[in-house]
Amino acid sequence: MQKYSIFNLIKNAFLNHQNWDLAWKDPTPKKEYDVVIIGGGGHGLATAYYLAKEHNITNVAIIEKGWIGGGNVGRNTTIIRSNYMYDDNALFSELGMDLWRKMSQDLNYNVMFSPRGIINLAHSDAQMNIFTRRGNSMRLNGIDAVLLNREEVKEIIPMADFSDNVRFPIFGGLMQPSAGTARHDAVAWGYARQADSMGVDIIQNCEVTGFDISSGKIKGVRTSRGDIKVKKIGLCVAGSTNILAEKLNMTIPVETHLLQACVSEPVKPVLDRVVTFGAGHFYISQSDKGEMVMGGDLDGYNSYAQRGNLPTLQHVLTEGIAMMPFLSKLKMLRTWGGIMDMSMDGSPIIDKTHIEGLYLNCGWCYGGFKATPASGWTFAYTIAQDRVHKLNAGYSLNRFNTGHLLDEKGLGTKTWVS
Amino acid sequence: MLHIKCPHCGMRSQNEFAYGGDASVKRPELNKEISDLEWDNFVYLRKSLRGKHLELWQHISGCRQWFKVQRDTATHEIFKTLKANEDI
Repeated sequence: MQKYSIFNLIKNAFLNHQNWDLAWKDPTPKKEYDVVIIGGGGHGLATAYYLAKEHNITNVAIIEKGWIGGGNVGRNTTIIRSNYMYDDNALFSELGMDLWRKMSQDLNYNVMFSPRGIINLAHSDAQMNIFTRRGNSMRLNGIDAVLLNREEVKEIIPMADFSDNVRFPIFGGLMQPSAGTARHDAVAWGYARQADSMGVDIIQNCEVTGFDISSGKIKGVRTSRGDIKVKKIGLCVAGSTNILAEKLNMTIPVETHLLQACVSEPVKPVLDRVVTFGAGHFYISQSDKGEMVMGGDLDGYNSYAQRGNLPTLQHVLTEGIAMMPFLSKLKMLRTWGGIMDMSMDGSPIIDKTHIEGLYLNCGWCYGGFKATPASGWTFAYTIAQDRVHKLNAGYSLNRFNTGHLLDEKGLGTKTWVS
Repeated sequence: MLHIKCPHCGMRSQNEFAYGGDASVKRPELNKEISDLEWDNFVYLRKSLRGKHLELWQHISGCRQWFKVQRDTATHEIFKTLKANEDI
């Protein structure tokens, strides 16, 4: 594989860029693999990459119904953070932060990781108290957290509404300075390119139609491009988890819901942080192209549509305008939707299942993108070693039976207020 | 925008309604011995089909009644709405 570098760029510039290798191949599926990953999104591609890199398992296929990176990894608002209070979430996400910092070098692909910091705004004394507690918990886990008062927030984001008599006055905020954003497509493509170079087959336009299971063990997977013999399958299909679970006669504590995001027309640099509204569900950052990237609540009902409805968008943007009134002057450029695997306690599942050789990765709710590297890393470990790593031990499937829920935000499949 | 026909009030916009999820979930009967697993399944497991889905909605800015809706989760087409005590 050609290394991407300034020298190669100059060399190829003289050759009119005609001689670049394909970033990944388009193989026909083989008859047998050691591991098959279903779902060529960020998590699936990262899993295959870490299987090859950390565990030397390279006879791996990624099966993707559409095209790689066409699902939620290309539909999110690119926020990366680890501002969690619970140990399981905090330590898992902090592994992710480490991997994010090294990712561009590691993948030889510029993912444009921009650690610009995230500010969660607080709008009451009670919220300041809870943010203090969360900030302290984060610091105990080695994560940077800074509690800001109203004046400090005003210094950083003066365009927020600090006028008198607003419905949700800004009392302060909790900031994680090391949080940030990255270019989401580059993450998918970077993982795909490296996984491919280590021998992983990336098989696109290939739909899973069924599974071969006998005496409780995975024997193979049936696809629209032929049957494949395999002993280990990793399921990484986010919003489509329930469709495949049905083929496995499983019911998983996950509902598929619709989440929208949108960008405004590009404007000059105005916002150099990620900011979230504390009195509702709204988050915003500015892309390198100048668009304001915004998102918020679920549409609120089960959906596989990958396109949203206007009432939710109106509700979300109303919150945005309450927080930053200048947004009302902007025109909307694009809106889109993705289908989320909303788990019942708001936390993901990375675990083995009752079927030997079937591994499950789902339930990412609002936070799948930032988890991409840590999810791939721990899922690869779980598949390769046939046991969970201590970092994903809390993300067990049976926690809904044992009562060890990870209800970090007290949010499940329901919207913020309904 | 969805338009939902409340079985009590007629056709209204989505804004008047709150969603209640899978309508096929049945609470275990009172005073009947059940296992922990059955209870967990009742609390945490929901159907989340792609296609025709029977679900609960509440006409929260109207008559405040709960009722059932049969809706396609891929196209959002609504086939039928029923009163809460009616079966499809």
